[in-house]
Amino acid sequence: MKKILVLFSHPKFEKSRVNQALINHITDKDHVTIHDLYEEYPDFHIDVPREKELLSQHDIIIWHHPFYWYSCPPIMKQWMDMVLEFNWAYGPSGKALQNKICFNVITTGGSREVYCSEGYNSFTVRQFLRPFEQTAILCGMTYFPPFTVMGTYTLTDEDLNRYKNNYGKLIDLLQANLSVNDFDNKSFLNDIPQLKTT
Amino acid sequence: MSGSILFEAIVFLAGAIICVSIAKRLGLSSVIGYLLAGVLIGPYVLGFIGEEGQDILHFAEFGVVVMLFLIGLEIEPKNFWNMRKTIVGMGGIQVGGTMLLSYILFAALGFDWKVALVISMAVALSSTAIALQTIKEKGLMDTTFGTSSFSILLFQDIIVIFMLGFIPLLANSEQNTTAESHSEHANLLENLPMGFQTLAIILSVVLIIVAGRYLIVPMLRKVAKTGVRELLIAAALLIVFGISFLMEYVGISPALGAFLGGVVLSNSEFKHELESTLEPFKNLLLGLFFMAVGASINFIVIAKSPLTIGGILLAIIVLKALVLFITGHIFKLKLDQKLLLTFSLAQIGEFAFVLLSFAFGLNILEQEQMDMMLVITALSMSITPIISMVNERLILPKIGTKESIKRPMDHIAKSQKIILVGFGHFGSTIGRFLRSHGVEATILDHDSNRVDFLRKMGFEVYYGDATRLDLLESAGISEAKIIICATNKLSVSKAISKIVKEKYPHVELMIRTKNRYDAYELLNLGHQNIYRESLETSLTLAKDVLSKMGFRKYTLTRQVQNFIKYDVDSLRRLASEPNREDDYIFKAKKELEQQEKFLNEDFKRGVVDYDNHWDSDHIKKALKNPNAKD
Repeated sequence: MKKILVLFSHPKFEKSRVNQALINHITDKDHVTIHDLYEEYPDFHIDVPREKELLSQHDIIIWHHPFYWYSCPPIMKQWMDMVLEFNWAYGPSGKALQNKICFNVITTGGSREVYCSEGYNSFTVRQFLRPFEQTAILCGMTYFPPFTVMGTYTLTDEDLNRYKNNYGKLIDLLQANLSVNDFDNKSFLNDIPQLKTT
Repeated sequence: MSGSILFEAIVFLAGAIICVSIAKRLGLSSVIGYLLAGVLIGPYVLGFIGEEGQDILHFAEFGVVVMLFLIGLEIEPKNFWNMRKTIVGMGGIQVGGTMLLSYILFAALGFDWKVALVISMAVALSSTAIALQTIKEKGLMDTTFGTSSFSILLFQDIIVIFMLGFIPLLANSEQNTTAESHSEHANLLENLPMGFQTLAIILSVVLIIVAGRYLIVPMLRKVAKTGVRELLIAAALLIVFGISFLMEYVGISPALGAFLGGVVLSNSEFKHELESTLEPFKNLLLGLFFMAVGASINFIVIAKSPLTIGGILLAIIVLKALVLFITGHIFKLKLDQKLLLTFSLAQIGEFAFVLLSFAFGLNILEQEQMDMMLVITALSMSITPIISMVNERLILPKIGTKESIKRPMDHIAKSQKIILVGFGHFGSTIGRFLRSHGVEATILDHDSNRVDFLRKMGFEVYYGDATRLDLLESAGISEAKIIICATNKLSVSKAISKIVKEKYPHVELMIRTKNRYDAYELLNLGHQNIYRESLETSLTLAKDVLSKMGFRKYTLTRQVQNFIKYDVDSLRRLASEPNREDDYIFKAKKELEQQEKFLNEDFKRGVVDYDNHWDSDHIKKALKNPNAKD
């Protein structure tokens, strides 16, 4: 069974209905570690050796965060700057993350429709996520499409329930060795058949 | 007119005050002022001081001893050991070269070889008093010129022992009897064989080192514990007197002994305290010494043969300067440093008085020769400070390789001096953190037990009452960048901040205070960098309480920052309100009133909710009412 590390960053988790639902739903799963960066490092002083140790103990890394200004909250970037060291995560002898699986779980206020060349955000989520994708690639990881909860401003309770259940299901699938072939060129993990059927 | 001690004291003090303040106003070295004062009050101008000038000179030489003790205090044994090559090398070349050239000069002038040899010895020695006093006054002790001068002078101090031992060998055997009766240093070793003398000298040096560690420092600690300040002054003087006495007893220059004593004590926590205690004595005694030199210039001898004396004086200065310049050249000094060295040591020193009168006592010199040489010595001591000044004013500005500019930039930690007052729980944390950044603060503390303990832990801590200007000065406040008051006593912080604000406004003050009421006082005195010990720590605790209750840590961290900012703002706002600080009841009442005011203001602000960041509620509202924003 694969081990999953959820690197969760939300500067005001106590005010986020959606993220509370998502996180609470997966908290008790076996072999899932939820690592709450803002709670662990409120002063941004990231314990790099500890983070490296955590990474090495897991097979799948999830960057779970709200999509602020088309990117991650600052502590997430701080985490990348501090932890993904040369010759550890990348570089000639940087093999520590090799062959791990990595992807983003994001929540956005805007709906999926506004994230396209015709919408007011002009670009797709996948396009906005390029820096994360390339970071994963440079570290030798396999980057999966994102799992997204979009249009959170107008999300109904039923919608939210479906999302959190799907998040839980996705985690189960990943632990049971979901592979690249199963994506069928989908832009979002939300769209894979295993999650659609329910 | 003379006779009464009081009258003499008045003459010397008045002469010093008038002449030195004039000299200083003209931008001259105080040495020149003192020498001039001596000439004026001496037997040939105003005649206030007569023949007793020689006795005063001898007494005032003690100033040189105190000065060398103080210099020793500033040189740690490790540094002293590092200087050994310079001392022997530069000193050897300077003394050897000068002796050779002046021997040739005096032999050529037709002096007997013995006379020429004695005079060449006297000529080779420079004036520690004049040179070092001038160097210290200008703050050049740390330059290559300063250390070179010092090395040479130290070598001369050592070599003079051998000279004093050698001169009797020049005397004819039947005249030795007169010599002994004339010898000033009636010491117990004179009749011992040479080997024992050497042994005694080595033993006394060892004695100084051992006593410094195991006798003097413990004694100072005991004295310090009594808290009686004049006892410490007495103890400091006792140390210097004791060492000098011991050294004279075995026939070494007391100045050299005092220097060694200083080096031994330079590692102790009393370094700064001793410095600030002895500094005034040294300055007064040296002033007296310079005045006595001035007064001893025999104008009758000069009047008899002005051309001969002028000629020889000029020749000697040129000759000494030449040797010094060459010495500096061999040791690769920069041109400006070389010139400074050349002129600062070109005089004949106070040791000449000793050597010449010693040789006179042994009938090697004739009265006439001695008088002439004494006059030349005094004149050379008076003239070289003037030449040095001309050098610095007219020649050096055209060369312009000042050492200060050449200092490497990576010495930020070293060149920016930090003084830390109070090394208790608060101050020690500051000291540790600074040290972890390579910043060694000069630490002042008044608890000698703690000082001792912390020194064992490897900290550089000094003992003393930091509200005294002289202690702050010897701790180097004039070149300090920042002074930290980490003491918990408001009275101490206020006293220090007053001194610093008045005398050293360029030094930045950073002050610890217990609470907001102490902070008010300091703010009202115009100090800006106030650190309340009760603010951050209590908020950190409160933050952790809320965190344990389930509040998010990052939000709390941000709120703590907000709270600090709010509280500091209100502190500054309220500080300007007038308060009657002397009335205790009024003050206590006022404190309660303020507490109430704060609580009310907090209540008005409500539970922390004035922070809308990352909160989508207001965005949702705006989206329902699209005209509101965007």
